[in-house]
Amino acid sequence: MKNLEDLEKFINSELTSKINNSFIKHNNIYITIDHDELIDVISFLKTNKETKFRQLIEITAVDYPQNENRFKIVYLLLSHEYNQRIIVDYSIKENDVISSITSIFPAANWMEREVFDMYGLNFKNHPDLRRILTDYGFEGHPLRKDFPLTGHNEVRYSEEQKKVIYEPVKLEQNYRNFDYESPWEGTKYIKEIKKS
Amino acid sequence: MAKEKKTLNLNFGPQHPAAHGVLRLILQLDGEVVEKADPHIGLLHRGTEKLIENKTYIQAVPYFDRLDYVAPMNQEHAFALAIEKILKIEVPARAKYIRVIFCEIGRILSHILNVTTQAMDVGALTPTLWGFEEREKLMGFYERVSGSRLHANYFRAGGVHKDLPSGLDNDIDEFCEKFPKIIDDLETLLTDNRIFKQRNVDIGIVSKQDALDYSFSGVMLRGSGVAWDLRRSQPYDCYDDLEFKIPVGKNGDCYDRYLCRIEEMRESVKIIKQCLKNIPKGPIKTDDGKISPPPKKELKQSMEALIHHFKLFTEGYRVEKDEIYTAVEAPKGEFGVYLISDGSSKPYKCKIRAPGFTHLQAMDYLIKGHMLADVPAVLGSMDIVFGEVDR
Repeated sequence: MKNLEDLEKFINSELTSKINNSFIKHNNIYITIDHDELIDVISFLKTNKETKFRQLIEITAVDYPQNENRFKIVYLLLSHEYNQRIIVDYSIKENDVISSITSIFPAANWMEREVFDMYGLNFKNHPDLRRILTDYGFEGHPLRKDFPLTGHNEVRYSEEQKKVIYEPVKLEQNYRNFDYESPWEGTKYIKEIKKS
Repeated sequence: MAKEKKTLNLNFGPQHPAAHGVLRLILQLDGEVVEKADPHIGLLHRGTEKLIENKTYIQAVPYFDRLDYVAPMNQEHAFALAIEKILKIEVPARAKYIRVIFCEIGRILSHILNVTTQAMDVGALTPTLWGFEEREKLMGFYERVSGSRLHANYFRAGGVHKDLPSGLDNDIDEFCEKFPKIIDDLETLLTDNRIFKQRNVDIGIVSKQDALDYSFSGVMLRGSGVAWDLRRSQPYDCYDDLEFKIPVGKNGDCYDRYLCRIEEMRESVKIIKQCLKNIPKGPIKTDDGKISPPPKKELKQSMEALIHHFKLFTEGYRVEKDEIYTAVEAPKGEFGVYLISDGSSKPYKCKIRAPGFTHLQAMDYLIKGHMLADVPAVLGSMDIVFGEVDR
């Protein structure tokens, strides 16, 4: 379907119970679904003649530590035939296991590995779930908001041991994160002082 | 007597001249035939996305230069477009043309590097020497406009950093006159070259369906016969007003991808010429003082300009709460930025969609059943740059 509004209506009417929320913004369709419906929704979007979202562009996650459903998982799909993009998302808890969509899109393999590596989320039915971008033997999940920017370990070549060694990060000077927010609108620290 | 089958594990890289960077490829060989390829990436991982979350929007731009470092401005473009769409900034026409000129220069930069190094991987040294001479000239243009040859940091949300210095447009025009001749010269060395064809024709064939399934984009997709180019189908900046063709391959092998790249360079030259002809005069960035910094001379006279300057380079501008995906047709394929802003002056999340990542993923599928000597040829035709794969 060429028209964005029609397409949104069509997807809504076909997937009624599976969609929690949908809207159009920036020329894209955004839909929110339940985690359990993932496989159905993605395979519908890929195979249906009216949607034909036949290319998976990206899978990623977003961390909201304050929410009960901490992680939002996002799938970006593209339809070449109708020149449309759709963004599918759902939220899960930290320990939930995500269904892998590698059987629908082989390209999902590395993308899911990246989510696993960066956010520590587990996928079921994934053929080869290993870390991908971080170092061999790396600990922690760097893109979580509670992972420090400087990391935990640093690497250097030790002249005494004649090999590369790992040590806890030692900063010569503390990491400085200045608060530049406008004082006219009230910065965080002033608000905190007022509260207490 | 039945021979016992023996597979050999070969470690290709992480430091290998034909790996185009730091790729560790674990190959399972049966004799000389590759049975399985397992790419280990991440040796150049710098945590770009994490760093961007901790920087203001202006400070994040230089990180994009360091992704695909052979065509830096194309990456900045995607980020600038994302912010512009959220803030609904109107970009002046001149800025749009300047951006397109430099994106196409980036495309030529990237394709020269790829075509010539691919030739080098299969045994031809001369194209590299000829091609790099031209790259040097193009990087000279980068330097004149932005101050640095590689890491330009030139595009801004709302336009570009500075106007073209005087005389640059003439020099780019002169380059465009001469460059097609250089492409012809490169083609005489490669296109009908027997050895080059033997090494590339029918190697690494990708069917249409597989190209879609493996999320290929750019030349990898067009080489397989899918006519899809974001500059045409989802035009951004002034691509709508320009006339250019989109070369599409037929067989989806390494040789077709090479031909596509050669043709794309010719088209890029045409685009640059059209832009130079039609470029209007006027401002080169938005006049909104809350987003683009004031001109230097105003700093000494205007209090408001001074405040804006101070606030922009300490706090940075704020971007309202939103979620957006924007993509541009980078030389290697669809380069996208998925940006989540939360109303502060730093991005809450900035996912970078690099085309090379999905292409390299298909290495196992592409190389299965080929000979060991085809590994560099296939790798070369995928146009991998580790800056963007590892991020």
